[in-house]
Amino acid sequence: MFDYTFQWRTALRALPDMLEGAVVTFETAALSMIFGVLIALALLAMRETPNLATRALAGTWVSIARNTPALFQIYIVYFGLGAIGLHVSSWAALLAGITFNNAGYLAENFRGGLKAIPDTQVRAARSLGMSSFQAYRLVVVPQLLRIVFYPITNQMVWAVLMTSLGVIVGLNNDLTGVTQDYNVRTFRTFELFALAAVIYYLIAKLIVAIARLLAWRLFRY
Amino acid sequence: MIEIEKVHKSFKDLEVIKGVDLTVQKGEVVSIVGGSGSGKSTLLMCINGLENIQSGSIKVDGTEVHAKGTDINQLRQKIGIVFQQWNAFPHLNVLENVMLAPRKVQGKSRAEAEELAVKQLTHVGLADKLKVFPGKLSGGQQQRMAIARALAMTPDYMLFDEATSALDPQLVGEVLDTMRLLAEDGMTMILVTHEIPFARDVSDRVAFFREGLIHEIGPPDQVIDNPQKPETAAFLKSVV
Repeated sequence: MFDYTFQWRTALRALPDMLEGAVVTFETAALSMIFGVLIALALLAMRETPNLATRALAGTWVSIARNTPALFQIYIVYFGLGAIGLHVSSWAALLAGITFNNAGYLAENFRGGLKAIPDTQVRAARSLGMSSFQAYRLVVVPQLLRIVFYPITNQMVWAVLMTSLGVIVGLNNDLTGVTQDYNVRTFRTFELFALAAVIYYLIAKLIVAIARLLAWRLFRY
Repeated sequence: MIEIEKVHKSFKDLEVIKGVDLTVQKGEVVSIVGGSGSGKSTLLMCINGLENIQSGSIKVDGTEVHAKGTDINQLRQKIGIVFQQWNAFPHLNVLENVMLAPRKVQGKSRAEAEELAVKQLTHVGLADKLKVFPGKLSGGQQQRMAIARALAMTPDYMLFDEATSALDPQLVGEVLDTMRLLAEDGMTMILVTHEIPFARDVSDRVAFFREGLIHEIGPPDQVIDNPQKPETAAFLKSVV
């Protein structure tokens, strides 16, 4: 009936290398979030401009990023660019793919957040003699930060999990890549991937815990 | 002195102010009453440039509010405004709400701004709420904070846009008392209000707005107690 013998020792032997992979995973996700937030802010601004082409470009980005599988987004960067002679590394393709995805989702979150802050806040700030820039910097952005804080945290967790897709474009030094390497050598599939899953889980939980702590320090109201 | 001359203001195709003239002298308290949609609040927003105008001119101490070269941020520092929905900054506590503009706009030091803010907040009866966030205050307290916030810029003029309309009835009195103190201190004020008895008490003149124009203006004992125009009388009858 069930005669699979668990051999955790193999998996545990892989642990140091997997943890090294986890660092790559975390770094890639963090980098994709930094770029993602910056691009999302740019997309947000682009969607508010009167220029139709600019708006359409930003709208298309957001729409594609949110409505196609992240897997395809990474594929298209890697093989699509390869097809036109632009060869990028597996890691660069993964980073670009996830960044594309992050930016799309975050842009939409930011837009919703901005809508949640009434125009009257800007009016009140301007009525006190603040410039438009001051009104945004001192009154709107601090409130926006709170609104988008949890969506950003969420996206960060999502970015960590999406890095596992790097393996399909040949990435072999992130957590999934390292795990897969051990798997093809030892065939201890269940043990290795169960252990990898635990590591992903702990990274995600750690991110949420740090975010909670940060929010508690940051938002006093 | 605030000089409003032949001001026209439209929102798209809808003309809400149709050629208003009004001069408010230093130290004067002028109340604007009238039905909703008559353009009273819009006029206030035009005075400090929060709304643009289509034609005419508004001058504050001789400076034209809507002229291209006017430093509107500079001008707004001497025109305080209090909104119907008070518009507290929710991410700052009471003290920080009041200190923000003196520090960031006028460049006052933290200590200087704090001293000023505490003084104004004490004046409006919020000395015990300095570290409280607006979300924990009643509407009346938030509105008094908004008044202190405007006053901390040491304005020469104060505009009140239906400052008590969004408040629970039992909270109206505390805000009106604060406004009354200000009027007694000699502040130049323009108030858009539905509190007719209050307008009669504090105003030097009352203007009745109707369909984007000043329909009748004069001292309260004329406009409120003995209106010359039938529409004024009909309006007063409907609100009292």
